[in-house]
Amino acid sequence: MQLYLPIAEVSVNAFLILGLGGIVGFLSGMFGVGGGFLITPLLFFIGIPPAVAVATGANQVVASSISGVLAQMRRKGVDFTMAWVLLAGGLLGSAVGIWVFRLMTSAGQVDLFVQLSYVLFLGLIGAMMLQESLRSLLRARRPGAPIRRSHVHSWVHGLPLKMKFRASGLYISVIPPILVGALVGFLAAIMGVGGGFIMVPAMIYLLGMPTKVVIGTSLFQIIFVTAFTTVMHAVTSQTVDMMLALMLILGGVVGAQIGTRVGVRLKAEQLRILLSLLVLAVAIRIAVDLLLRPGELYSVAPGVLP
Amino acid sequence: MIRSLVLLLLVLTAPALAQETIVSGLSQNRVSITADFDGSEILIYGAVKREGAPAAGVGPLEVIITVEGPSTPVTVRRKARVAGIWVNNASVVVDSAPSFYAVATTGPLTHILSDTENLRHSITIERVIRAVGITEEAEQSGEFILALLRVRTNEDRYRVLEGRVELTEDTLFRADVVLPANLTEGEYKVRLFLLRDKRVVAQQERLIGVRKEGLERFIFNLAQEQPLIYGLVSLLLAALAGWGASAAFRLVRA
Repeated sequence: MQLYLPIAEVSVNAFLILGLGGIVGFLSGMFGVGGGFLITPLLFFIGIPPAVAVATGANQVVASSISGVLAQMRRKGVDFTMAWVLLAGGLLGSAVGIWVFRLMTSAGQVDLFVQLSYVLFLGLIGAMMLQESLRSLLRARRPGAPIRRSHVHSWVHGLPLKMKFRASGLYISVIPPILVGALVGFLAAIMGVGGGFIMVPAMIYLLGMPTKVVIGTSLFQIIFVTAFTTVMHAVTSQTVDMMLALMLILGGVVGAQIGTRVGVRLKAEQLRILLSLLVLAVAIRIAVDLLLRPGELYSVAPGVLP
Repeated sequence: MIRSLVLLLLVLTAPALAQETIVSGLSQNRVSITADFDGSEILIYGAVKREGAPAAGVGPLEVIITVEGPSTPVTVRRKARVAGIWVNNASVVVDSAPSFYAVATTGPLTHILSDTENLRHSITIERVIRAVGITEEAEQSGEFILALLRVRTNEDRYRVLEGRVELTEDTLFRADVVLPANLTEGEYKVRLFLLRDKRVVAQQERLIGVRKEGLERFIFNLAQEQPLIYGLVSLLLAALAGWGASAAFRLVRA
């Protein structure tokens, strides 16, 4: 069934879009990532104009995150205190990110900048997560090995402005969460994603939050970041395609519900290995695009360079 | 007295020029883009109206039909290898390139159309782009224009349909032009040319209005005129869908 998209101005297969939304929603529910880093490249691939893909992807992530958060809330998987602290940092970071993005746009190399940050951050985080989870998996297999303590006291615990995060069982300074939030907000604004794939490992490894609350808290925070992005895109460039978003959302919310249930059945280490492999795969895919000689050296875009 | 003499002269010389004019029709002069729009086929047909028989010794009649979509400026970028990675490192702005262009003819373009006439009437795609919108900078980089033509031809936006105009008895002609699904809104210009000896002897222009209709129109207008409300509505839809799916799944499980 063909469907004409009013903003993107292309005709697409409705079932293809539903399926795409479903797959991304499934992953988003399973791993607690918004799925922005997957949906945007996938939409490019099926011929949606990049500007529309970025903006509409953000709108879709809002829906799948809400669906995921509601599922997580019922099992008390959201640390609201932590989420608000992260969000405060996130807004700061995204303001700086938007400013840098504008700077790069006027320099005319924004595409390259975005691609390079994808490769760098996805590659780095994917590799770190894979190494860490493989190590803990091996340790678990070997009986008698020293058990790793979940709360290692480090410099993080010596900082002032301590606050109690009940759901996470943490009593730490608010400075690290604000910094993590700011970093994620900054990257989110530059890369046009919610930032869950950075947020999740940062929460686990930097803040020492238990995996149980990481996914819900990350999703909760992503709702606000992507909602802000959606409205900004709608107002500044009119590139949010409601029809496309609705199809993606229909597929996505169903996928997210299934994904959340599958995610609960898997062990935390398995979940992390899968997520790290996925992140690495996207990073490698983009890196290959940059390294191989493209089939067509020229590209045509309507409009004038800014 | 002089005026009537001139008139007489005109009347006398007319048959020698064998005045031929076009009478034409379109199967539809408006195309509505609705939610299930998947391209459209336009039938362009017509007849040659002749006063007197064509003079002896003139070449056979040929017909060229062009369909041109609304034009926009485009940026053509070229990638090059810099420090091991492929990046856009050169670009050229073409002030105006049609979003769609089809040329249908009765025969090979080089056989039926002279360069001068092509220049004068801007019939081929290359001519249309060069005639309207070429910047100083782009003029020096013909490869960018060739790339633009190649990319858009691959996207099915630019087409050359040589021999696809059917001409019967030197009088009736018809051509089918398929408009693709990724159509841009606006006025589509249809031009019809009659040619003899590689020269245009008559021409006509018609318009096809391509517009979004119904839900498509509503969404597009809302996005353009009330962007803030549009953005908030998009969020609301997303929130409702997210909540709805969650609630529905809980019901299914309960």
